[in-house]
Amino acid sequence: MGTGLKRKDLLGTRDLSPEEIGLILDTAISMKEIASRDIKKVPTLRGKTIINLFYEPSTRTRTSFEIAGKWMSADVINISTSSSSVVKGETLKDTGLTLQAMHPDVVVIRHSAAGAPQILAGLLKASVINAGDGAHEHPTQALLDLFTIREKRGTLAGLKVAIVGDILHSRVARSNIFAMQKMGMQVRVCGPATMLPRYMDRLGVEVFSRIEPAIADVDIIMMLRIQLERQGGGLFPTLREYSKLFGLNLDRLKAAKQDVLIMHPGPINRGVEISPEVADGPYSLILNQVENGVAIRMAVLYLLAGGQAAAN
Amino acid sequence: MRILIEGGRVIDPANKVDAVLDVCIEDGRIAALGPQPPAKNAAPPDRVLDARGKVVCPGFVDLHVHLREPGREDKETIVTGTRAAARGGFTSVCCMPNTNPVNDNQSVTEFILDRARKAGAVNVFPVGAITKGQQGEELAEIGELVRAGCVAISDDGKPVMNAEIMRRALEYAGMFGIPVIQHAEDLHMTGKGVMHEGLVSTELGLQGIPAASEAVIVARDILLAELTGSHFHVAHVSTAEAIRLIREAKAKGLHVTCEVTPHHFATTDEAVRSFSTNAKMSPPLRSSRHVEALKVGLTDGTIDAIATDHAPHTVQEKEQEFDYAPNGIIGLETAFGLTMTVLVEGEVLTLNQAIARLTSGPARIFNLPKGTLSVGADADVTILDPTREWVVDVRKSASKSRNSPFHGWKLRGEVLATIVEGKVVWELEG
Amino acid sequence: MPGGPMSQRREKAQILDAAGITRAITRIAHEIVERNNGVQDIVLVGLRSRGVDLAHRIAVKLEEIEGTKVPVGALDITLYRDDLGKAETQPVVRRTEIPFAINDKKVVLVDDVLYTGRSCRAAMDALMDLGRPRLLQLAVLVDRGHRELPIRADYVGKNMPTSHQEQVQVLLTEEDGVDRVVILEETAD
Repeated sequence: MGTGLKRKDLLGTRDLSPEEIGLILDTAISMKEIASRDIKKVPTLRGKTIINLFYEPSTRTRTSFEIAGKWMSADVINISTSSSSVVKGETLKDTGLTLQAMHPDVVVIRHSAAGAPQILAGLLKASVINAGDGAHEHPTQALLDLFTIREKRGTLAGLKVAIVGDILHSRVARSNIFAMQKMGMQVRVCGPATMLPRYMDRLGVEVFSRIEPAIADVDIIMMLRIQLERQGGGLFPTLREYSKLFGLNLDRLKAAKQDVLIMHPGPINRGVEISPEVADGPYSLILNQVENGVAIRMAVLYLLAGGQAAAN
Repeated sequence: MRILIEGGRVIDPANKVDAVLDVCIEDGRIAALGPQPPAKNAAPPDRVLDARGKVVCPGFVDLHVHLREPGREDKETIVTGTRAAARGGFTSVCCMPNTNPVNDNQSVTEFILDRARKAGAVNVFPVGAITKGQQGEELAEIGELVRAGCVAISDDGKPVMNAEIMRRALEYAGMFGIPVIQHAEDLHMTGKGVMHEGLVSTELGLQGIPAASEAVIVARDILLAELTGSHFHVAHVSTAEAIRLIREAKAKGLHVTCEVTPHHFATTDEAVRSFSTNAKMSPPLRSSRHVEALKVGLTDGTIDAIATDHAPHTVQEKEQEFDYAPNGIIGLETAFGLTMTVLVEGEVLTLNQAIARLTSGPARIFNLPKGTLSVGADADVTILDPTREWVVDVRKSASKSRNSPFHGWKLRGEVLATIVEGKVVWELEG
Repeated sequence: MPGGPMSQRREKAQILDAAGITRAITRIAHEIVERNNGVQDIVLVGLRSRGVDLAHRIAVKLEEIEGTKVPVGALDITLYRDDLGKAETQPVVRRTEIPFAINDKKVVLVDDVLYTGRSCRAAMDALMDLGRPRLLQLAVLVDRGHRELPIRADYVGKNMPTSHQEQVQVLLTEEDGVDRVVILEETAD
């Protein structure tokens, strides 16, 4: 006899236990098989309603949740800022109360303000899944990253990973740091000093301001997207200089392990943080990450749907 | 009208009094302290308050409140704000100029004083703006503000970023002997920051406000105080570095003073973990290292006063995403309980020292004729039970607003009665 | 509450021992051959988890009888259950591993116990999503009655009338280290 997640919401990886992470990853293995079928649909969430509430534009994450829900036969409704009352200045609280009146089972939220999913979770009976809030967390991205790594390496504990880029503004970095550490991985971060939050070392990660030593002996290199609009904002002078100092190219990769895995949460800026040869190279897992995203989100939807019964 | 407060432990730091004494109030002034002389032909007192086992002290003086009137009467009014003050044991409050319109001219000052005289529960001392419209560009008519009744100047909430303007403000205010209060914060460093930059902000991904953002302005303005010889007062000091700079300035004999808020010594940035917007204020709640430094500053006298920075906001404003919610919390009614629970119980201050930071300390640095039980002084008196336990319930607040992070906290030390110029303006029931 | 997590159960009777299980499997294998005129196009699909073990045992017997290896797949029906969010605890999703096409095959579903028929219903739905078999048959080690759906097994190791309060437990060496089938009943305590 197994058991679901003993929680209503998935707001971050920081408050997940290693057992919960393991359960989600294990469940995703079964979900991934469904993607290989001719008929990509199981009736598991028939009659359940999932609302994708996106306050920030996102194609891949929203689509991934939408496919995950639809493959499990849930009704999936997308609400984005451009097509809802959000633009009319409705508060998150009122939006939440309005949604509650429609009795959704799961609300997936993407928001530019950290903590917005917490507000929603407090308002709704439905399960709330954080699909990225400000620079805070993006738990399903971290889970799919772990899944992808485990799929390639068979294990997580003991692996070394270097996360390179704008750590300061990255919710992907935060969720990955918390989750990877829980699973026994060693995490390094690397980026311009202006984009490395102070006190990073107190999270138990090693901090590098040069990429060469950071990637020298790691099993995984995770490149983060550099936000083009941050150029000239005082954090780094130009993309050209950033690319020269921190971009991952074939030349730099020679310093890394032969079988190092390359990851990127996407969307990538080809030729800026990662060169096309590396992004499309044999050790690049970038497309595996996208594929596994659906399986992870199916697993999370399934486990939260059952978790509600356990909580009742 | 005669009131006799009988048998209480009278603590009056201004006069170094700590003894069981009766306090006799006549016609709004302190008439006598000590065992009541046998009445000759005098009528018995109109009111006798039994203070046996309680503490009787000067009414508290708050150097930093926002009464929101004129302009934001939906958050607070002079009536409700001064009622909240009375419940908190405060008999005098200094109200900040960031009203709408800004208190940068005598007509606004006169409006506030007129409303306070007619409807206020406690004494109100307005603080005028340093610059017109708090824009940080042109000096306000500081002389007119002082003449109308302002006791200090500040562009509170909008730090004076231009050092030249700050220099001139200090020089000009020096002519009138009033302090220039600075909300010390380098706005460029703060940027879009919403909480203290530290481990918690790193984990939460909220933009941080570094401690140095406060200290660099404190350092600059101490230099300007040295240059001008004027009185520079640091509002709501919150960082170890600022405390260090102020301590050094005082040791050099500069006229530099500062205040601390109860929330900055009672809580840390850990309170933000829940994304509660009642943990959002400016300056932000700091880490425990800074809180410890504030306590040392209280113990060694670097910090002159405890001030609340009472900042009412409506529920709908605070019920927003953390990034969008306004800064500030209400604090008048919880100040004494937090001072007793955190500072006195925590052996940071003695009871006498704590009362001094709420009475004689603030009155002295702003030259207010308050904070004392001297015979002949205004009869502003607060009666306290320093050990009584109570639970904070914001729903019962006299303030119009409810934005307190201390709802549900169990505190020791409660205000039993507040007397302003011989009139009982607040009494705890039961 | 019967079946609730607080109830205690104790063994009431053993209905099959190791030899009995082997005999039942042998008989089922012979019946499959007989009914289908051999094992041409036969594939076995076991329901996780003991149905898979039984399917493998039947496959061994079929090979003994016919000299042909019969493919065996494993089916997890968790995603097809009709009690999501209703069960006390949520079942773990396990992998469906059917490494062969079932289109136009004669699929024999294998499960340990046939009871309400709901698992079998879920299994049929799951199988239909994977392809279009030519026909579908059902083999179970124990049929304990109490059907809630119009479902009937084609091959039964043992018919065992039971009450709702009882539980039939199939123990197999692959999972449990021993081969036996027992009836458990609730105790008052």
